[in-house]
Amino acid sequence: MQPFKPVLLEAVGVPDGQTIASYKSRGGYEPLERLLKEKQPIDVVEMVKASGLRGRGGAGFSTGLKWTFLPKDHPGPIYLCINADESEPGTFNNRILMEDDPHQVIEGIILSAYATRASTAYIYLRYEYPQSWQRLQTAIDEAYAAGYLGKNIKGSGFSLDVYLHRGAAAYICGEETGLIESLEGKRAWPRIKPPFPAIEGLFRKPTVVNIIETMACVAQIARRGVDWFRSIGVPADPNNPRDPGSYGPKLYCLSGHVERPGCYETPLGITARQLIDEYGGGVWKGRKAKAVIPGGISMGLMTESELDTPLDFAGPGKVGCLGLGTAAVVVIDETVSIVDFLHNSCRFFAHESCGQCTPCREGTNWSLRMLERIKAGKGRLRDLDLLAEIGNTMGMMPGSTICGLADGAAWPIKNAIKKFRGEFEDYIKQTNPQGWMVTDPVPALQIVGAH
Amino acid sequence: MMPKLVPGCQTPAKDGTVIVTESQLVKDSRARVEEALLIDHPIDCPICDKAGECLLQDYHFQHGQAERRADLHAFTSRRRDVGPTVTLFVDRCIMCTRCVRFTREVSGTAELMVSARGSKEEIDIFPGHPLDNKLSGNVVDLCPVGALGDKDFLYQQRVWFMKREANVCGGCSAGCSIHTEHNQDTVYRLKPRENPHVNTWWICDDGRYGWHHIHDTSRLVGAGRRANSSTDRSTDSSTPLEAVEWMEVVPRLRADLKAAGRLAVAVSPMLTVEEAWMLCAVARSIDPQALLAVGYVPRTGEDQTFPGGFTIRAEKCPNRLGVEGVVALFDPSVPSWSRLVEHVRAGHADAAWITGAYPAAWIDDVTAAAFADLTCLVVQDLFDSPLSALATWRLPAAGFAERAGTWVNVAHRAQTFEQAVRPPAGVWPEGRLYWNMLGRRGLYDPTAVRRQIAESSATFAALAGEIPATGVDLRIHQLA
Repeated sequence: MQPFKPVLLEAVGVPDGQTIASYKSRGGYEPLERLLKEKQPIDVVEMVKASGLRGRGGAGFSTGLKWTFLPKDHPGPIYLCINADESEPGTFNNRILMEDDPHQVIEGIILSAYATRASTAYIYLRYEYPQSWQRLQTAIDEAYAAGYLGKNIKGSGFSLDVYLHRGAAAYICGEETGLIESLEGKRAWPRIKPPFPAIEGLFRKPTVVNIIETMACVAQIARRGVDWFRSIGVPADPNNPRDPGSYGPKLYCLSGHVERPGCYETPLGITARQLIDEYGGGVWKGRKAKAVIPGGISMGLMTESELDTPLDFAGPGKVGCLGLGTAAVVVIDETVSIVDFLHNSCRFFAHESCGQCTPCREGTNWSLRMLERIKAGKGRLRDLDLLAEIGNTMGMMPGSTICGLADGAAWPIKNAIKKFRGEFEDYIKQTNPQGWMVTDPVPALQIVGAH
Repeated sequence: MMPKLVPGCQTPAKDGTVIVTESQLVKDSRARVEEALLIDHPIDCPICDKAGECLLQDYHFQHGQAERRADLHAFTSRRRDVGPTVTLFVDRCIMCTRCVRFTREVSGTAELMVSARGSKEEIDIFPGHPLDNKLSGNVVDLCPVGALGDKDFLYQQRVWFMKREANVCGGCSAGCSIHTEHNQDTVYRLKPRENPHVNTWWICDDGRYGWHHIHDTSRLVGAGRRANSSTDRSTDSSTPLEAVEWMEVVPRLRADLKAAGRLAVAVSPMLTVEEAWMLCAVARSIDPQALLAVGYVPRTGEDQTFPGGFTIRAEKCPNRLGVEGVVALFDPSVPSWSRLVEHVRAGHADAAWITGAYPAAWIDDVTAAAFADLTCLVVQDLFDSPLSALATWRLPAAGFAERAGTWVNVAHRAQTFEQAVRPPAGVWPEGRLYWNMLGRRGLYDPTAVRRQIAESSATFAALAGEIPATGVDLRIHQLA
């Protein structure tokens, strides 16, 4: 496979690549000026739709299609929200884009706002990214100064204001309706859908929520064309009418136990093994991989034997994972205890559950407490059944919660129990030789004296 | 493909939508939610005030499972003071956030919030801003579990010992529908009763906690008459009251008033329509020229409307419109309290019958002095006042939960209610006294009186038939 020349990441390593001058020298903002002059908003929507671009945030929904859900002839305002609350463990692709090439992102935002007829865009930035904050704000100021933002952009009659909002460090703010609530100044409790944000979103107006990387893709589609974009990636499966294909380049965040972790741009559809071996230099210290997280911790686990799965939008689902997610590939080597991994995962989700839906609020906490007990040498085989039941029943997929956080919490649990059950059983039997087989309920209530 | 679970109450219906509520999947899911709710719940029902009316108990009984599979030790008993009327048992909370929404949407004061995240989240107040508004007690009613406790009611009575009577709040002219909850003639608390025409689901704290006066030990009990007062003006407060048996009150009171001569009567806006009408009839049977006036109408401040639409009225009596309607049947000019005072002060009356039943002090010495020179002064009130000190006849009045009848609120809505508790020994509710003074047989029957009023008056014609629990608009025949 010939090496792919980075497009989204072309500014990485370029001195002062984050400046507007550097971006323009690479051909930036030209397509914007051309499209604003020549095309109607609907043409931009059609262009993005034709490119087959799917949202890079996790769900992989067609970006162009999402834009068409906005009500026609709405008197406005329509809002564009850019999700830069990149909190999924292992994910840092948007950070690279914001820090090294913010103007690419802003050009994408202007184009998307033009297509959706939004006159206000909000960037919801993760609190923990101070450099992204500085660089994005600088870039926004530069774009205003150069006339790409503000009133009547380049004489086109189209106006756009972009506001950079810094979040307060909560995972749930990355959920699109949680983000909207947070932007409105409320507690980030996701909303029940429908109505979807396209109908009723920010300040109860039609709203499009897209992620930073999607914006960068829009900018590149405008610059290089639909055909270029569709020439990259995995075409639609002709046997599956529901598969729209996975086109375009993708930023994979490779981390964990590899020799060269980092953010790599490749066409969609690279297998996990290729990514680890060709880009990451293989598993570190000459060890073997035990498991690989395909796209952020909430997507579940792939075993060593499943590493030839292509990392496109359809691939990880075929081996029981939730999906491609944010394409944050985390490699876990053979020395790691899967019990430790699951404990860490449960701790994260118990900490980040917003607490709105009961199954998630209590399920994440309960699973964490059970894993703590297992690690304390008091596990029982029955606990594995309980964990699997929690994993199978909480989330949007079974329909018991409002947002997907619970699915993200459930997938590592059920993948780990299903794919590594033997290891869990061995661990429990070894650490709790006396009690592993007990099936009675664990006494829950302490005897309480007078109080 | 099995369709996934959806919240039935939140899913917009389309043509052909079928919501299945009793499949095994649904039942299992409900059981799991119940199980999850109990994971963090202390299950301290034996010491919880909500036990017996707790939705978590009910739902767990209905949908839950018997075995507790979770091994978490939830029992702690953290109690947090959130305001002057409400206390929060932090660990009993199931985070439905109804109380938070109430303070944001209905009272508009937004004192409550959710703090922290996940299973550690709690209801809390903003530092330095306690839950202190005129509607704060409603969050206790909203709470489906025992997390929010009413300090006034806490540990006073087990809910299953109490009986509830549909009643109407007498605190102001809004006339909120309430339930009076009582046991053995003792009221323990008032709860709002849903009435879309009046108070929707709420009552204010003034009303909610405004019942304590009926169990006040300083209430007037027993009928009393000052001796040697029938000749000239010799009554003074130093003369001891002679206790009079109630059955003797009926003829002797009539005789005293008849002997005195010209009569003036204040019909208190705390009385029911039926009582007011009977009082007027009694007065006119004694003196056909008697001045009938609407009694003192207490007012405090201005009407207060909350963002959710709930209004607390400034007029602190429940039945001004009803009493005005009754008085108008006898005297179309509807004399007011101040006209009665002037009338007495000018010496046009020899006797006065002042009905009160006000829960708080209402008359000052200066006003009372106008009645000092009367031959016969009858004062019927809940508490001693400068006026009762001058009284020839001092009669006790009934508290709001002790009477039966009809009140007409500020929006002309007439609501009928039954007696919830018996008055203290030695107190005849006004209705009983007037019924006997009119010479009617048997027990006082407000319904019979109400029918009689409805037949003889256009104003009250709407009261002729059965009156629904939410009341009836007296203007209904005028609107039609």
